[in-house]
Amino acid sequence: MFLTFLTFLPLIGAIFLAFIPKHEEDAIKQTALAIAVADFLLSLQLYADFDTTTAAMQFTMDVPWIEAWGISYHVGLDGISLLLYIMTTMLTAIAILASFGIKKHIKEFMMAMLALSTGMLGVFISLDFFLFYMFWEFQLIPMYLIIGVWGGKRRIYAAVKFFLYTAVGSLLMLVAIIWIYFHFHKTVGVFTTDIMLITQQINLDMLQQKWLFCAFFLAFAIKVPMFPFHTWLPDAHVEAPTAGSVILAGVLLKMGTYGFLRFNLPLFPLASVEFLPYVCGLAVIGIIYGALVAMMQEDLKKLVAYSSVSHLGFIVLGIFAFNHYGLQGALLQNLNHGITTGALFLLVGMIYDRRHTRLIAEFGGLAKVIPVFTVCFMIMTLSSIGLPGTNGFVGEFLILLGIFQNHMGFAIVATGGIIFAACYMLWMFQRVMFLEIKNPENEKLTDMTPRELCTIIPLIILVFWIGFYPKPFTKTFDASIQHLITQVTPKDHQGSQEPHASANTDVKLAQADAGSSGSH
Amino acid sequence: MIPAPEIDLVSLAPVLVLSVFTMLVLLMDLFIGKNKSGLVFISLTGLLLTAVSSFAKTDWPVRSFGGSYVVDHLSVFFTMVFCISSALAILISIEYNRREKIRVGEYYSLILFCTVGMIILASSTDLIMIFLGIEIVSLCLYVLAGIRRGDVRSSEAALKYFLLGAFATGFLLYGMALLYGTTGTTKLAGIAEAISSGQMSSQPLVLMGMVLLVLGFGFKVAAVPFHMWTPDVYQGAPTPVTAFMAVGPKAAAFAAFFRVFTEAMPELASSWDMILSIIAVITMFVGNLGAIVQTNIKRLLAYSSISHAGYLLIAIIARNSLGGSALVFYMLVYTFMIFGAFGIVILIGREGKENLELEDYSGLGFQSPLLALSMSIFLLSLGGLPPLAGFIAKFYIFQAALNEGYVILVVLAVLNSAISFYYYLRVIVYMYMKEPQGEFQITLTPITLLVIVISVLVTVELGLFPGPVLSLAQP
Repeated sequence: MFLTFLTFLPLIGAIFLAFIPKHEEDAIKQTALAIAVADFLLSLQLYADFDTTTAAMQFTMDVPWIEAWGISYHVGLDGISLLLYIMTTMLTAIAILASFGIKKHIKEFMMAMLALSTGMLGVFISLDFFLFYMFWEFQLIPMYLIIGVWGGKRRIYAAVKFFLYTAVGSLLMLVAIIWIYFHFHKTVGVFTTDIMLITQQINLDMLQQKWLFCAFFLAFAIKVPMFPFHTWLPDAHVEAPTAGSVILAGVLLKMGTYGFLRFNLPLFPLASVEFLPYVCGLAVIGIIYGALVAMMQEDLKKLVAYSSVSHLGFIVLGIFAFNHYGLQGALLQNLNHGITTGALFLLVGMIYDRRHTRLIAEFGGLAKVIPVFTVCFMIMTLSSIGLPGTNGFVGEFLILLGIFQNHMGFAIVATGGIIFAACYMLWMFQRVMFLEIKNPENEKLTDMTPRELCTIIPLIILVFWIGFYPKPFTKTFDASIQHLITQVTPKDHQGSQEPHASANTDVKLAQADAGSSGSH
Repeated sequence: MIPAPEIDLVSLAPVLVLSVFTMLVLLMDLFIGKNKSGLVFISLTGLLLTAVSSFAKTDWPVRSFGGSYVVDHLSVFFTMVFCISSALAILISIEYNRREKIRVGEYYSLILFCTVGMIILASSTDLIMIFLGIEIVSLCLYVLAGIRRGDVRSSEAALKYFLLGAFATGFLLYGMALLYGTTGTTKLAGIAEAISSGQMSSQPLVLMGMVLLVLGFGFKVAAVPFHMWTPDVYQGAPTPVTAFMAVGPKAAAFAAFFRVFTEAMPELASSWDMILSIIAVITMFVGNLGAIVQTNIKRLLAYSSISHAGYLLIAIIARNSLGGSALVFYMLVYTFMIFGAFGIVILIGREGKENLELEDYSGLGFQSPLLALSMSIFLLSLGGLPPLAGFIAKFYIFQAALNEGYVILVVLAVLNSAISFYYYLRVIVYMYMKEPQGEFQITLTPITLLVIVISVLVTVELGLFPGPVLSLAQP
């Protein structure tokens, strides 16, 4: 119940916002922020109550919804989704705080952000296929509006492209869901769309698994985004307003990787193993391609957007390592990317607010003029590169360790990606912050305001916290990772009816200790 | 000696009640004078009583008149849908007619007569009765389309509809004649029996009859390539009539279509299966691709209704009971979505300037936020976005089709849903992302507003909690 309350709190807040008169802009902004911050602080309670020893779903609620079709409102959190959930509430609050500068239709903007928040949170907690699909599609509209109404010059093109691209992928996923629904009824005899139930008892042969894997993969690959389905991302990121980009990069992209973890791996283990080389290949191509294209960008936001493609490639690689280190690294990097790239977009947005341009050529030598900003930007750049001591290092190292154990070739190529990341980020930083001040406009820049600092400081704290002491974060993953690994290894999943949870608790506990002690 | 068929007037109750009320409305028009609002009340009362009387017989299925007429789950549910759609049509016509100075007393009685035809269509199990129903519906619609006598567009619409409709009816009749000639009976059950027992004189003639029936029905539901009349007629007819045409008669035609093909020709399924699949796919694509280039909201909605006919054809192809329930649920949801959308189209217009181009919607989002929100809800529901009713309806149809194994059809249908989002979103783009052209002078006439509000509530409610209505839809 608590989980449902937390998830719908932003939406209820949005409806409440509708009643505030349009001209009371300060009241609107403060109320929206209050709602978002309240949601975040309350969600920390989930962390406090979370039981790290089990992979079973927690904070669950299972209520029959559309009984005629066996659909129920089943929600819950496990190790995979817990920190994503909390990160979502945190980024929503930060994004709302960062949007105080918006002049046009601020009320509708805040309402859209809060509605989007509910949609995203709902995706992470859904344990029913139908419910998941509903939230997955629902969050498209607020994002579409945010990009399309408050975005840059080519916003309508970017918004429509974003919507249609994602909609096509998810519609094919819908066909797969309905197919699974009927197949489950034919084989097990029960009409249900419950994810947990179907994952435990479904019986699919290789060919069926392959097709279904592809259908789900398409939907998530578009979202991640993986090469070659990434072309919507640069446009959407560049044209979206700052807060929109933060949420897009921080949360929406993670929904794709979450999808892989929740659906592709557990439901179609044989197909996952079978397609592994191709998926890893695409991931590695994404890493290198994203990095190379990022290097050539002249627009700051586009550079960060392509760096996202590169970083998400790492995460997918970690997921498909199918071992403890890889998955741990991937789950951690989910958070890290949200923090780091979210912060980078915030910082780019701050520059844009002052100079109304994002072209690197327009800048240069800003370090002398805005030192505080420079420090923050430097920290985030280093985190993005993966300097030891920052969160990026822990995540990327674990991923590489994991993928090196199983598929050395991919690891070697992926490591090149890290070097490229250093190239483009440091070169960009040098051109923007260091060197001489070429453009006299830049001398008039004001440093970060207290409000802007408030949006960045929590992220900086997290960068170093995760960088030096990731255990509080990684310990939530371990049980679920163990469970996932047992689901993917072929022997356990040849159509037997045994439920997995109880049989593997002892194994999980033993390996959880071993795994977590080796991770830092 | 031919045995006289049993006359069971109770099963015919809804038709009788509504016919009486229709004639009452027609008569009262003589005495009522300039203010026609009394007719509205009589019509609505009539529709309410019709809906109630359709439950006169409760032990379904009840076959009467020698097997020509049936009262079963499908017919009763459809009768409800017709009553609702006619009531909504009458409600949104009131203020529109006043504004556009359509002072025709026969207007309401024509809608009611049309409803009588629709009820007959949904309840007939005999080819002649079906023809009767189609003719009643069509003739009323021909007149309704052209009811705005001074407007050249309206007259064009009526004439086009009439000429093409007459042709299509001719084909339909010929198909029925062929089926009668080969099987010796016009009763659907009899035809099925004749085909399955192999008594019919020749197979090719039966197939020919079936193809002609597809043609005739295809015209009525606006399937491709029989859809040419739809954009022009929808655009030319007065807006409430367009809304009515998009819903009621289409639903009735689908009901009859479903019945004829699933009751009379299940044996021939392998043949009409393929034909209908191809027609369904082409219909969806033509409808959606055609809508993309439209700038007139009525034409856009016309093409979108063509594409919806495509989705509904899939429900017929999935001929099991799931298909029938999906059809019925979809038409109910469709009723509210269409009337809501057209209600808003009516509100945007003003006396003398109907504001039907998409540019006229620029900036509506922030000037009349609730109206724009409602329009967005209807459009997104038509596209099939959760958590709105349109999604549940499409989901139901996809379920029905996948259960029978038509995977490719469903994949093409979802791709078409994605395509359709493009033009539904375009209206939203105009409403929210473009600057307004001037002040919107929208008078929120109460009754039309009521229709819109009811439609929004139903669309959202059925999207979130469709359970009760779903169980009603299942036989």
